[in-house]
Amino acid sequence: MYGYEFYVDPSRCIGCQSCVKACEECDTHRGHSMINFDFVDRAETIATAAYVCWHCEDPTCAQVCPADAIKKGEDGVVMSALKPRCIACENCVLACPFGIPKIIPEYEQMMKCDMCYDRTSVGKKPMCATVCPSQALAYLRPEEIAARRETPSNVFYFGAQKIITQVYMMTASGSDSVTLDIADFMWEKANV
Amino acid sequence: MAKSPGTLEQLRDQYGPHLNYTPDGGWSREPRTKPDRLVKTHCCFCGQQCGIQLKVRENHIIGFEPWEDFPFNRGMLCPKGVKRYLQSNHQDRLLDPLLRTDRGFVKSSWEEAMSFTARRLREVQDRYGKDSVAVYGGASLTTEKSYLMGKFARVALGTRHIDYNGRLCMVSAGVAYKLAFDVDRSPIPWSEIPKAQVIFAIGANVGECAPITTDYIWRCRDNGGKLIVADPRMTPISRNADLFLPLRPGTDLALLNAMLHVVLRDNLQDDTFIEQHTSGFEAVKASVERFDPRMAAEMTGVPPEAIEKAAHMFARADRAIAMHARGLEHQSKGVENCSALINLTLATGHLGREGCGCTMITGQGNGQGGREHGQKCDQLPGQRSLLDPKAREHVAGVWGISPDELPQPGYSAQEIMNAIHAGEIKALFSICFNPAVSLPNADFTREALEKLEFFAVTDFFLSETARYADVVLAGSLQEEEEGVTCSAEGRVIHIQRAVEPPANARRDSEIICDLARRLGKGKFFPFETPREIFEELREASRGGHADYYGITYEKIDTQMGVFWPCPGLDHPGTPHLMQDGISFYPDGKCRFQLAKWRESGDPVDATFPIYLTTGRVVSQYLSGTQTRRIGGLVDIYPEPRVEIHPRMAEQHGIVDRDWVTITTRRSEITLQASVVRTIRPDTVFIPYHWADRKSANMLTHRTLDPRSKIPEFKVSACSIRKADGAPSWATAEQLVKIDSPGAVK
Repeated sequence: MYGYEFYVDPSRCIGCQSCVKACEECDTHRGHSMINFDFVDRAETIATAAYVCWHCEDPTCAQVCPADAIKKGEDGVVMSALKPRCIACENCVLACPFGIPKIIPEYEQMMKCDMCYDRTSVGKKPMCATVCPSQALAYLRPEEIAARRETPSNVFYFGAQKIITQVYMMTASGSDSVTLDIADFMWEKANV
Repeated sequence: MAKSPGTLEQLRDQYGPHLNYTPDGGWSREPRTKPDRLVKTHCCFCGQQCGIQLKVRENHIIGFEPWEDFPFNRGMLCPKGVKRYLQSNHQDRLLDPLLRTDRGFVKSSWEEAMSFTARRLREVQDRYGKDSVAVYGGASLTTEKSYLMGKFARVALGTRHIDYNGRLCMVSAGVAYKLAFDVDRSPIPWSEIPKAQVIFAIGANVGECAPITTDYIWRCRDNGGKLIVADPRMTPISRNADLFLPLRPGTDLALLNAMLHVVLRDNLQDDTFIEQHTSGFEAVKASVERFDPRMAAEMTGVPPEAIEKAAHMFARADRAIAMHARGLEHQSKGVENCSALINLTLATGHLGREGCGCTMITGQGNGQGGREHGQKCDQLPGQRSLLDPKAREHVAGVWGISPDELPQPGYSAQEIMNAIHAGEIKALFSICFNPAVSLPNADFTREALEKLEFFAVTDFFLSETARYADVVLAGSLQEEEEGVTCSAEGRVIHIQRAVEPPANARRDSEIICDLARRLGKGKFFPFETPREIFEELREASRGGHADYYGITYEKIDTQMGVFWPCPGLDHPGTPHLMQDGISFYPDGKCRFQLAKWRESGDPVDATFPIYLTTGRVVSQYLSGTQTRRIGGLVDIYPEPRVEIHPRMAEQHGIVDRDWVTITTRRSEITLQASVVRTIRPDTVFIPYHWADRKSANMLTHRTLDPRSKIPEFKVSACSIRKADGAPSWATAEQLVKIDSPGAVK
């Protein structure tokens, strides 16, 4: 959709997996979700993160594909591997620094988030960003995202590799540590 | 009598829960992308009542599409909303009435089932008196059906005893708000939340139980707002809390009274508001004197500095909102807890202005609407008291009976079960209620259900409770009958009939009206459509606090919902109650209420030294009758786990995913441990959506709040030990110990 960008803000994620479940509903995925969802470390924290493909300017997955099956559209959206070309070799799975591509064994094909091409091409927001109850995944105009307390960034460094993406990550500011143990906040006469 | 027919395995084989993963016709069926129509309606689950569009083709619901124009959720949905369509066309769906026989349940004709039901109800009443029959309703019913249940009990059966599963939801808040404001509704619409400078959420797992509300809180933070969260567990919203108060289960009252103590000690109260808009302040002031932060810290386990900071943040903010849910309410002092929170709100003058207020987050789908129009044991339509002679006269007039014929208030939900157990109530007619899973002390509930001389259940799936029924009437899903519900914010919304009930299943209201006719009261139940019921409900509620007279289906559609009270056809409705701090009492004053400390009904001791608290997970809804049948939801959190802090786990030699046995004064159950650093080390948590040996309510106790009659689900005393082995129901998958402590899948 013209004038809209995709923003990912893990700090807003409540772990409900509505995005995962909504992505499954797409007729082109037929029950497979293209969302990457993590409990960061459930033993230590309730923090969760849901994210989509970052749609790199120069996609690593496409660079390493021996079958030339991964294409980026003129609108910058990196698509699932072309079915006739994909050999399900998993090069892309191994190479993507974000861990996005998935091989769907029953189709012998790499599938990934295509930013709901079927929806965005007809003026609808991507499904995950539409349903996300906490708007951790959001499809908004830049002036709308400017009202948030976090700031968007789309430049990532993986070692020496610099990656510029179409999808923005919301970055927190001001906090240099996170306390994870509930007991640190408690007042106790005698420890249990 | 009403013993379960057949073994559990036989019943499960035939009636489920089975898991539905794929839409009707499968994923690849072409027509899925081309529905006949999109029906703008609402989710059937929680009190958020999100707008959603259902894709309908040939009387089947084949998917959903977000409804971005609906102002409350603007397209947002939790996973339950996303997958809710999979309850339609489900293999477990009851398509015919069932009668219990020696061979288990057998299908019957409607004529046979209905005449049998009417005959047995009459026989029991003839033999033991009118009040020997009780009626259970539910808060997932539309308001029309809820209204009908109240009228059915009081006019068709003439029994005092009707209550509903909303008794397990927010009735403590309802009583407290009635006492303070003489009205039982959230004073504010959710649009006020982003305008607050401080949000104080206590006993409210917003992220999992009211997911859409999260976005309102995050937007408040975007505007510079601060978030205070008080809970025995770090729930998802606590990740962004500016101040987290990890209070011990059952000590909310001490925390709230201590916060008020600090406000008054540091002279942060709003004297003008107290003077102009309230009464009863001096007595409350004296009562919180003893709750100094140091003493409250001992009781609550929250540091005194944190209590002071919370009080200062809340009181110093110009605009602040206090929100609460079941954590505050599910206690034997649930009403006092809510009163203490209201006292804090009143003392700081955070009422009747923009971005200010206290609010209950009603949990059940029609938790608000279902309690306004006569399904509660003590209320008549319009949120009127059954004890008020004028109310009795008005409603009896609408119903065409004499006020003397109206029964007096009866027992609440748990009291009805107690009376069944005691042999006082002999027969039960239940709809939309699964007490076998949702009432405390499940063994007691089972014993009671087995004692019933006659038990009729109306439901769309064979719930765990329906196993005990003599007759099961195959009723309808939410999407099969038009009506209204009222959301947590007080917005009356329009539920559309998207499809017809399949096969021989019938619409609930038809079943009730048919039964009333067979009981000889047909002239009081002439309704052919829900709209006709609504028209009568409008009149019955007219002049009451929950006045629906000015609400029509058409107005709801045009305005995207109408907030009650709406006394006239040209009235737009009332989103923000008590503007300028004027309550519903004749004098317009808000009433401070004494909030006295009381111990839990199930106190910890040397034998049961650990607190047990129960609650929900995001992927399941209430007793799970619907959500335990939807594969995509079950996958998110397949089985109940016991959350344990590593400190407790270490003491008992428990590691993540070990089988552990939790024992209370009632019973014991064995579940897998989830060792997490996000729960107090003196507390364990178990979600309650499961049945039989997985039911958290095997463990909970029947102590009720004396006024609201809510059970104390949030505080029980328990002990924990590593189990000798896996329970017999454990799946092969669970028997394989998966070495990935991070993954709760």
